[in-house]
Amino acid sequence: MSTTVYVPRDSAARSVGADEVAARLVERLGDDVRVVRNGSRGLLWLEPMVEVETERGRVAYGPVGASDVDGLLDAGLLDGAGHELCLGPTDEIPWLSGQQRVTFARMGVVDPLSIDDYRAHGGLAGLRAALAMTPERVVQEVTDSGLRGRGGAGFPAGIKWKTVREQDGLKYICCNADEGDSGTYADRMLLEGDPFTLVEGMLIAAHAVGATVGYVYLRSEYPAAAETFRTAIEIAYSHGLLGQSVLGSDLSFDLHLRIGAGAYICGEETSMLESLEGRRGEIRAKPPIPAVSGLFGRPTVVNNVITLATVPMVLADGAATYAALGTGRSRGTQVFQLAGNIARGGIVETAFGISLGELVDDWGGGTASGRPVRAVQVGGPLGAYFPEELFHLPMDYEAFAAEDGLVGHGGIVVFDDTVDMAAQARFAMEFCAEESCGKCTPCRIGSVRGVEVIDRIIADQDRDANLAVLEDLCEVMTDGSLCAMGGLTPLPVRSALKHFADDFTGPGATPPPRATPDAMHLEDRHPKPIAGNVGTSSTEVSS
Amino acid sequence: MTTQAGTLADVVSAAVAAHRDEPGPLLAILHDVQRELGYLPREATALLAEELNLSRADVHGVVTFYRDFRDTPPARRTVRICRAEACQARGARDLVAHAEQRLGVAVGETTPDGGTELDQVFCFGNCALGPTVEVDGRLHGRVDATRFDDLVGDLE
Ligand SMILES: Cc1cc2nc3c(=O)[nH]c(=O)nc-3n(C[C@H](O)[C@H](O)[C@H](O)COP(=O)(O)O)c2cc1C
Ligand code: SF4
Ligand code: FES
Ligand code: FES
Repeated sequence: MSTTVYVPRDSAARSVGADEVAARLVERLGDDVRVVRNGSRGLLWLEPMVEVETERGRVAYGPVGASDVDGLLDAGLLDGAGHELCLGPTDEIPWLSGQQRVTFARMGVVDPLSIDDYRAHGGLAGLRAALAMTPERVVQEVTDSGLRGRGGAGFPAGIKWKTVREQDGLKYICCNADEGDSGTYADRMLLEGDPFTLVEGMLIAAHAVGATVGYVYLRSEYPAAAETFRTAIEIAYSHGLLGQSVLGSDLSFDLHLRIGAGAYICGEETSMLESLEGRRGEIRAKPPIPAVSGLFGRPTVVNNVITLATVPMVLADGAATYAALGTGRSRGTQVFQLAGNIARGGIVETAFGISLGELVDDWGGGTASGRPVRAVQVGGPLGAYFPEELFHLPMDYEAFAAEDGLVGHGGIVVFDDTVDMAAQARFAMEFCAEESCGKCTPCRIGSVRGVEVIDRIIADQDRDANLAVLEDLCEVMTDGSLCAMGGLTPLPVRSALKHFADDFTGPGATPPPRATPDAMHLEDRHPKPIAGNVGTSSTEVSS
Repeated sequence: MTTQAGTLADVVSAAVAAHRDEPGPLLAILHDVQRELGYLPREATALLAEELNLSRADVHGVVTFYRDFRDTPPARRTVRICRAEACQARGARDLVAHAEQRLGVAVGETTPDGGTELDQVFCFGNCALGPTVEVDGRLHGRVDATRFDDLVGDLE
């Protein structure tokens, strides 16, 4: 009998040597070991994390380098023996057992490409439950669960599905796996570590709305995820999970994987649809919304990977079980991703309502550098930067919106006290300039001007006037942009100005007192027209 | 031996044929052609336009919209550094500066011997283990200057 050893196939684990560890194990043990390339458990700072199947259950070791393998084997790795790298039984690691894993329940547990393993760990229970219900009932369950879109905007999934359900004819399910936000990697992990859950979620969506064809739009920066998911699709077809009469039911569903080509904007749903149709990823004006007229003009469900991958659990355990978790209008769990300068980076899946500070300090253990935390960016490049004074904020869509921020896809990027927040604000504008689809002026031109203006502020040229110009630019972008790329770029910029005003004083200048929100509301803000027509809304001045 | 033009036309035809039945196949076809040839020569996009019954401007417009597509041959090696926020928090700015100095080129350029191209990416989804660098399609986490030199040294 060969012993089963788990070595993650996850890209993050591979980036720090998991392949070499797996190779060394096989080299030493040959047929005496069965190496399963599982997904990552999400304790990324301990990757490569190796697990051994023992009589006591799985025992974990990490971080294991290829050069540790011989010593571990000599110490009795295959029996789960003690060693300085031993983390104990996996299920008893507090960082893991303290989480509420729902969407990520199987993550790291199963062999990602084994249907048997998938079934043995609760896979297909949600689909079976759904197929036993009318489509309308399934839509109602998803609505009742309170599940909101995890891709950024937090729109209730059930309501979107209901709209698509009510349309006639050919319909599509499009899964948004573009995951362009820095600090986020949950979509990638799911595709690499538990891909059948996404297939199952898309099948449930297809049954619910009456769709027959699905696409997963995956960014090209994730080649390993593409490979695993492409294989998962083939396996699903060979087991009758895709194609005609799924699991012997009336449901027929074909699923295709499409790869993006390096454009952040293609994560915006209408841009993604353009790209899926083989065109430039330029934003479409809404209405019509994709639920009415989406891919090739047909009614289309566009949902994020995590949204769709949560649906099987909602159906398997019931809407009430899911809705029992969370706070306010943010129901269920979020797969938080701790990133950046953080001691314990990785996945914390837990109910909404946990505070930002608990995530960063208690789970994350503060910075990796050991220096004080200074700023945290939540929700990707379009999300706000928060100081420690706001660590009490509960992770909740509405609470974050009230502080001019967003929860977004759940990425949390930590910076220590060496961060230069003027540089971060400048980068937000630079990123927008780089990634703008070019369709509207406030975004395309505004972001370029934004970089220039911030450069002048940093260089202490006419600071007050330029701060006023920057504020006006932000307002024009917020009010006049066609989509949230230009519309939300002011969030990181303004939050940096508001919470970290000291960083905007140039070399040699005396720092002004820390700006209060009021101090940033400069008098006499007449928006200066930026090049071109920026639309009527840009002339509005608030306050 | 096939001529260069013959090869090119074959590659384009094969890519078109492989996606003939798919709706909106242009991106998939461009990916296929670039995988085969390493880049998208002008003649290839012209041929593609013809085969797909699109205008050359349409195809050109798509090619230029996406960062992945290129109309010049790639260097023998490609080094891509993540410049997005989570990697910035771990020192990506310094790493980019170091890489530029080490290779003697700016981001977006190829070393004079045509050996190594230095490029940037905004996030590889490895944001807990940055700075992240990709060398010829392989991802490396926690890359500091020393490790970068090791990775690049391996190339020479
Ligand atoms: C600039 C921009 C980029 C976006 N990128 C993504 C992305 O990478 N993944 C994603 O799921 N949603 C992204 N979104 C949100 C999508 O437009 C859309 O709201 C989402 O895919 C809907 O799915 P959900 O309701 O399940 O979240 C982005 C939006 C904008 C404005
Ligand atoms: S805001 Fe920017 S990305 Fe969005 S439509 Fe306008 S130019 Fe395109
Ligand atoms: S289980 Fe590993 S040392 Fe106790
Ligand atoms: S920010 Fe560098 S890998 Fe995500």
